[in-house]
Amino acid sequence: MNRRVAITGIGIYSCIGQNIADVTKSLYNGTSGIGIMPERLNYGYKSPLTGILPSPNLKGKLDRRLRIGLAQQGEYAYLAAAEAFENAKIYPDYIEKNDIGIIFGNDSSTKPIIESNKIMEEKHDTAMVGSASVFQSMNSTVTMNLATIFKLRGVNFTVSAACASSTHALGLGLMMIRSGMQNIVLCGGAQEVNLYSVMSFDALGVFSNRTECPQKASRPFDAARDGLVPSGGAAAIILEDMQHALKRGAKIYGELVGYGFSSNGEKITKPGADGTTIAMQNALKDANIAANQINYINAHATSTPLGDAAEAAAITNVFGKNTPWISSTKSMTGHECWMAGASEIVYSIIMMENGFIAPNINFETPDQYTAKLKIATQKVETNIDTILSNSFGFGGTNAVLIIKKYNE
Amino acid sequence: MDINEVRKKVKKFLTEEFEIEEEKIKPDADLKSDLGIDSLDFVDIVVVVEDVFGFKITAEELKNVTTYDNFCDFIYKKVSQQ
Repeated sequence: MNRRVAITGIGIYSCIGQNIADVTKSLYNGTSGIGIMPERLNYGYKSPLTGILPSPNLKGKLDRRLRIGLAQQGEYAYLAAAEAFENAKIYPDYIEKNDIGIIFGNDSSTKPIIESNKIMEEKHDTAMVGSASVFQSMNSTVTMNLATIFKLRGVNFTVSAACASSTHALGLGLMMIRSGMQNIVLCGGAQEVNLYSVMSFDALGVFSNRTECPQKASRPFDAARDGLVPSGGAAAIILEDMQHALKRGAKIYGELVGYGFSSNGEKITKPGADGTTIAMQNALKDANIAANQINYINAHATSTPLGDAAEAAAITNVFGKNTPWISSTKSMTGHECWMAGASEIVYSIIMMENGFIAPNINFETPDQYTAKLKIATQKVETNIDTILSNSFGFGGTNAVLIIKKYNE
Repeated sequence: MDINEVRKKVKKFLTEEFEIEEEKIKPDADLKSDLGIDSLDFVDIVVVVEDVFGFKITAEELKNVTTYDNFCDFIYKKVSQQ
């Protein structure tokens, strides 16, 4: 069985907007969501730069027991998932009668672990930790809570693969539906944004220090890039068997046609052009399309000197001298880490649906690697049929997805 | 602290922390079936009692405490022993 996989719902909670309509405007206008979290400097971070997004208030929307198990990234994910289900016209009575699955990417839950540890240091009694901490602290916090809240009865697990987590989550959702094991899977990714969330990441000195103008700090592919800007939120995507979707009259936002992956097998932090080349080639092969059929690449490019150069080299390996349009939406959002693969599919669907390519803001001067790429420095109004989206993570995990506009 | 003050404090945390509707909190209200307090909530009640009254109780001590009034009496007894 090799069924086609439709995308029938999308939802987003990010630093450039907390719903699809607002994010569409930000992408179209090239609006940055980056700012400063001053308390990070006081806490001991090297860089206070981060994506800035409001804290959700779910009191009144969810009852206490369903609410308190959610860590911050779970709250973001709940709102993104609710929007995706709404767009997909999938309501509680439908969920009750159908086995809908959930696969999300998430690779940390720092805040609840630190907070419970503080209680233990002070009280020396696990009874003082309370009931919610365990459900907030585990890596599977998002899927265990959302499956409970939405009463899902299909596949239910979390993928942890660093900054490629949610791309792999979507890839696994694709495989589940293609094979006939599931008809509908809620896929996505979530990333916490708080005082503690990226302190160990900051320790590596890979964050930008361009604090004088935060909105210019994330500059993927630009020669003057000096590091990434951490960010977060959540993105949710409903994957559905195409025939199932058509039968129930769902809106088809697009089709997920390819998933490719590879592992670099090198140093834990080293970006690898060879591994990422293979992942892109594998995705093209899986989608059964040629490289020149890709209209737009949503790059992984996080604004680090080595990472962007390696990705530029890999794109050149796969696409040659005439690359498709390329932009890194991380120029506006910062690096959304565990959420990034899923959010960038949402951003790509928005662009595909509205006929534009979001700009790679802050790209002013190319270097020897990035000069070979056709980077959209300004918004480009154009029809896009086929998009390739890259995600790469620590440990050399690479994942690539390809989506297409729906065509009978 | 007298029993009325204990009742006032217990009712306050049940409504504010546990979001139980005040009109449901009657003297003979069953903690589980009427107020919807489940085993996980009892884990949190231990934390809240320590915060509000300054002493620790255990889930085992609550085994025979079934109604709101039983619970207030239990807390009052513990307060009186402090």
